[in-house]
Amino acid sequence: MRLQVNHRTTYKFDPPMRGVAQSLRLWPSLFEGQSVLDWNVDIDGAIRGANFRDGAGDLIETATFLGTVEEVVIEVSGTVETTDLSGVLKGHREKVPPLAYVRRGPFTHPSPAIRDLATEAVMGAENPLAQAHALAAAVGEAIAYTPGETDAQTTAAEALDAGHGVCQDHAHTLVAAAICLDIPARYVTGYLHAEGDIAEASHAWAEIYVQGLGWVGFDASNRVCPDERYIRLGSGFDSIDAAPIRGVSQGAGAELMDVDVTVLDAGQQ
Amino acid sequence: MVEKPIYFNEMGMDGAVRPPYAGLDSWAADMPDEFRNTKQSEAEALFRRIGITFAVYGEGGDPDRLIPFDMFPRIFAANEWRKLDRGVKQRAKALNAFLMDVYGRGEIVKAGKIPGRLVYQNEAYEKSVVGIKPPRGVYSHIVGIDLVRTGPDEFFVLEDNCRTPSGVSYMLENREIMMRMFPQLFRENRIAPVENYPAQLKRTLASVAPEKCDGEPTIAILTPGHFNSAYYEHSFLADMMGVALVEGQDLFVKGDFCYMRTTEGPKKVDVIYRRIDDAFIDPLCFRPESMLGVPGLMNVYRSGGVAIASAPGAGVADDKAIYTFVPDMIRFYLGEEPILNNVPTWQCSKGDDMKYVTENLAELVVKEVHGSGGYGMLVGPRSTKEQIEAFRAKIENDPSNYIAQPTLALSTCPTFVEEGIAPRHVDLRPYCLVGENIELVPGGLTRVALTEGSLVVNSSQGGGVKDTWVMAE
Repeated sequence: MRLQVNHRTTYKFDPPMRGVAQSLRLWPSLFEGQSVLDWNVDIDGAIRGANFRDGAGDLIETATFLGTVEEVVIEVSGTVETTDLSGVLKGHREKVPPLAYVRRGPFTHPSPAIRDLATEAVMGAENPLAQAHALAAAVGEAIAYTPGETDAQTTAAEALDAGHGVCQDHAHTLVAAAICLDIPARYVTGYLHAEGDIAEASHAWAEIYVQGLGWVGFDASNRVCPDERYIRLGSGFDSIDAAPIRGVSQGAGAELMDVDVTVLDAGQQ
Repeated sequence: MVEKPIYFNEMGMDGAVRPPYAGLDSWAADMPDEFRNTKQSEAEALFRRIGITFAVYGEGGDPDRLIPFDMFPRIFAANEWRKLDRGVKQRAKALNAFLMDVYGRGEIVKAGKIPGRLVYQNEAYEKSVVGIKPPRGVYSHIVGIDLVRTGPDEFFVLEDNCRTPSGVSYMLENREIMMRMFPQLFRENRIAPVENYPAQLKRTLASVAPEKCDGEPTIAILTPGHFNSAYYEHSFLADMMGVALVEGQDLFVKGDFCYMRTTEGPKKVDVIYRRIDDAFIDPLCFRPESMLGVPGLMNVYRSGGVAIASAPGAGVADDKAIYTFVPDMIRFYLGEEPILNNVPTWQCSKGDDMKYVTENLAELVVKEVHGSGGYGMLVGPRSTKEQIEAFRAKIENDPSNYIAQPTLALSTCPTFVEEGIAPRHVDLRPYCLVGENIELVPGGLTRVALTEGSLVVNSSQGGGVKDTWVMAE
């Protein structure tokens, strides 16, 4: 599938702030499931540099701004050719050992409820892949997709208690459930071309390390493994560690963020 | 009842003075009490004037109290030091090889020498620096190795400090004060100098400047600020090396490099000797709420624009659970037998070990895996039944947080006390520098437990310090 992405993020600072610095993880991953035809990241007024590919295979770049800043607009646009690999992250070059992802973080600390959910879910699952599917299904079941019930600070334990959430909550909870069974798991960000279904063009899901297959994606929100409608950007322990844009600024003012994303099927145009 | 162990007295026992101490026997014995008291207050005044203090929090009292200084030096013969020198350097080399390996191909794990979960699931393992090759392959540029002595030829390593070992300013100041107060001792004895340390440190830091740096590298020390208990040392070392002392807010990232604000405008920084913990280095990579670090610094580091000493992630090598495997590292990477001994260590996370530990608490020293400063530890033979039982409950509650070691018979060194001169237990922390070369100044920080019989030398627990002499060849 040929997917065309337009992703504009606008930050407004009121009053204007100093020391605005961002770490960007906005470039599609390199693996057999996707190939980049063209891709641009534009930021007006930014000084960019210090770019590299990290041990997890993600391309990272830094953007800083001189003086006070009123507004930052990050414009991402590009076209990616995707293939359905049933979620398997085939041919992805990375150096981080999977065991490094068995780590409890503030978002993924397993509560007794998460532990129970995980233990129950994998009962009867015959192999690691079946276990991973069972975990993803259980998380999708336990947390209904409901926008507006949770926010960016909601932890996996809180989302499970609430029984409602969005893709971030599903991904955190799935990661938490897997790592409490000592199965490596991580938070993944990217884009989703969705029609009708749960529409979150800027999307997040989880990857679980399955012996024999490697990393496999599971989208508990949509109850599927990522297919040709997905574009993968990067990964991390949780939503902060994996964030496509991670920023700080100095000052006590308010920060307003506005995101506008479209992911179109370019083949149909 | 445990039999009272016989401790090795470094000065000698039963009237026989061991050679390195020969020059000091009469010096101390003939010193009139009054003279001694004058000298002691002179030393204290000097320390206060220099401003050397050590902040201890959460205990009430003077937060900037002095670490007690004992005037009786601790002495090593040249041949004794030769062995320590080789042993410490060997260890520093192996620890760095380990760090390069576990952030690279992980051969030691693949070879089955160290369990992968101990390394990769370790809190101190930084996923964000996997694949980074720091200049000259060095992660830990200043390695502080804590040693104790139990006999004429027996040394044990208690722990390794690969992140930001502190205390080296005391090594330098103790010597300075001793030379000022007792110049004749330094004329009569051939004592190897330690004052080259700042020059060596600067040379070491300069030698790990990134490839992108052309010309003389600019070095800065990054401190969390004057509230930090080791702030004195940060400013002392900056002074001695003639480099800038900066806080996070003095640095900023622009493009591929990191700069410091100076009165003459921004200046590119090539090597940062950081004295802040990994978690606070950069809010864009680690703890997002941290205000102590520099936003974007980790990206500059990872793209080769700046060197950071010690490198982020170095802490995985000095974890108490990894410590057990250092002798295996030495064999694996260097193909050598360890020169210095490890203390046998029981991991409470292992069933058999845990059983042994809980059955023998009264004889063991139990420590928290990530503890430091002598806090949160149990010295079995010096504890009451109630203290032991209270500690047992803590271990049983979280076994993987504890390790245990036999109570070592730490050597003693003569020390000035109220009643005259008496043996007190000591340890030693030499500071090994790793860059283009591996260097070790002949000396280190000797800490002394001033309370009679105490085996805890930490300054936060009533320990003091001594000048440490290595006799020249």
